[in-house]
Amino acid sequence: MKRLLTMTVATLALGGAAASAQTVGFSQIGSESGWRAAETTLTQQQAEERGIDLRFSDAQQRQENQIAAIRSFIAQGVDAILLAPVVATGWDSVLEEAQEAEIPVVLLDRMVDSDPSLYLTAVGSDLVHEGEVAGQWLVDTVAGEDCRVVELQGTTGSSPAIDRANGFRAAIEGHDNIEIVRSQTGNFTRTEGKEVMESFLQAENGGADICALYAHNDDMAIGAIQAIEEAGLAPGSDILVVSIDAVPDIFLAMSEGKANATVELTPNMAGPAFDALDAYWNDGTMPPNFIQTESRLYTQSDDPMAEYEARRDLGY
Amino acid sequence: MMSRTLRRIAPQLVTLAVLAALISVVFPGFLEISVSDGRLVGPVIDILKRGATVALLAIGMTLVIATRGIDLSVGATIAITGAVAAWSISNGLGLAGALSLAIAVGLVAGLWNGVLVAIIGIQPIVATLILMTAGRGVAQLITEGRILTFSHDGLAFLGSGDVLGIPVPALLWPVTGIAVALLMRRTALGLLIEAIGINRRASALAGINARLLLIAVYMTSGLCAALAGIITAADIRGADANNAGLWLELDAILAVVIGGNSLMGGRFSVAASLFGAMIIQTIDTGILLAGFPSEYNLVIKAALVVAILVLQSPRLASTWIYWGMRLRNRRAADAARIREAGE
Repeated sequence: MKRLLTMTVATLALGGAAASAQTVGFSQIGSESGWRAAETTLTQQQAEERGIDLRFSDAQQRQENQIAAIRSFIAQGVDAILLAPVVATGWDSVLEEAQEAEIPVVLLDRMVDSDPSLYLTAVGSDLVHEGEVAGQWLVDTVAGEDCRVVELQGTTGSSPAIDRANGFRAAIEGHDNIEIVRSQTGNFTRTEGKEVMESFLQAENGGADICALYAHNDDMAIGAIQAIEEAGLAPGSDILVVSIDAVPDIFLAMSEGKANATVELTPNMAGPAFDALDAYWNDGTMPPNFIQTESRLYTQSDDPMAEYEARRDLGY
Repeated sequence: MMSRTLRRIAPQLVTLAVLAALISVVFPGFLEISVSDGRLVGPVIDILKRGATVALLAIGMTLVIATRGIDLSVGATIAITGAVAAWSISNGLGLAGALSLAIAVGLVAGLWNGVLVAIIGIQPIVATLILMTAGRGVAQLITEGRILTFSHDGLAFLGSGDVLGIPVPALLWPVTGIAVALLMRRTALGLLIEAIGINRRASALAGINARLLLIAVYMTSGLCAALAGIITAADIRGADANNAGLWLELDAILAVVIGGNSLMGGRFSVAASLFGAMIIQTIDTGILLAGFPSEYNLVIKAALVVAILVLQSPRLASTWIYWGMRLRNRRAADAARIREAGE
């Protein structure tokens, strides 16, 4: 009942802005990770709030399914298309078809290597910036004291691993008190994060020589937190823990004082995309080529329990 | 009997010793074991603990390979059984319920493979490929695509607890391995399995119930995968259907091969496969301790595995025996000549 009431209020409030119900097609990659499931949920929520009629298509990791979905959206004559492309190449012809039909296409989360004139804009996060925010947090927190950092990298050679490593290094550059002493891949998984952290602890005097852990995603940090606890140390105080993504479970760890900070990779890519589309529909405002989402830093003082509650049902 | 087993696993023991020496060069404290909070701590303990999943899989895989089969589905079975264990513990089935349900699911997975191979007659690599590709999807259905976490100290104990200072996973695989090895060697079962692997038709004609034995062997593999799935989930207190057991079937096959067992079936040694699993884990842990950049991990692992397999190859072994005999013959001839000259 309460939900119905808030929805009614929201519809009334937005009723003026969206004069006629727009139809938007959304071609999603699939649901390979919790983050992507959350992106799908949030896109549907955002569309509902704005009174947009969302046509959803799950491509199950296949480009041919996405191309077929976009062609079917064009045939249905939708007002715009959201595309989270599974790969970067091979989109030229279908994007040209959309352009000929005068349907704006907005890319979500990932980029394509087609000409930027073929799509309206792209919404995404800056992976390098995420690493910078994490590094800056550590610089501010240790405040000049010596700090030996161990790093759990993402899958070797993947762009998040490369960019998040570079961003962090850029932020700590010039701060000679902070030094990355060990760096290994944990493949973005909890199990490997735990296993690699165990070896870090062995190699660094049982963990006594480690001041902070930087993990390229929250899942590896959660695995590492368990390894730190099992080694008899207190994660969050003996070893500072900073990671990226802001999945619900890291907020749980933060509320227990076991993790210190996380940088959000927001799954709400659709919000800025719909904002740009609204402006474009209303008076033809062209958005910039790339809309960067905010990489917000969350710490223990940001009421982690409330953040956990807000996120747990998004499908992570 | 004992000395025969020892001679059988001698190459694996030598390999382990050489690896330990190599790692000690780049990481001096490698063999150190200390006691902290009443539990043993050290790289060797980590190897015994982290190697548990592959070691458990290798036990079942050894039997399957001895029948001239292969089981590609064990990695997916880890994901399914881990998900089942996490799901049932968070739905209040209790520790006994969760464990028995997970083990039952592992046995059903093995039964499925066994029926496809033994009764329908599909080639093992194809039959188990079905569950390998479909199984992870089944696991994702159970976890609804997210990492299913639980907080239950009893189940977590199986992954990160310890008995007399030794981590539980490090105890589980030797116990399972000894039990299976005794069952195979103290009864005729081992012999019968080897007979099926060497010639299934001939063994069937000789009165061996090959169908039943094959199904039992694949179910054993499913059971081992279930145990591995349980400790994988218990270790991180959650079931990660996307990543649990990913590619571990290949590590298990590699462990069996490094253990000197032939992929053509026939004679097998569970102990040698277990040492093969420990060799793989020693390489993995050694690479982590050495602190090389992660780009080198797989290259170093591949180089070491190739070196180990080349040194163990039958061709090289026969060459060694040949040179050894020539050396001995020449020495004998020299001795004879010296004796003659003396007379």
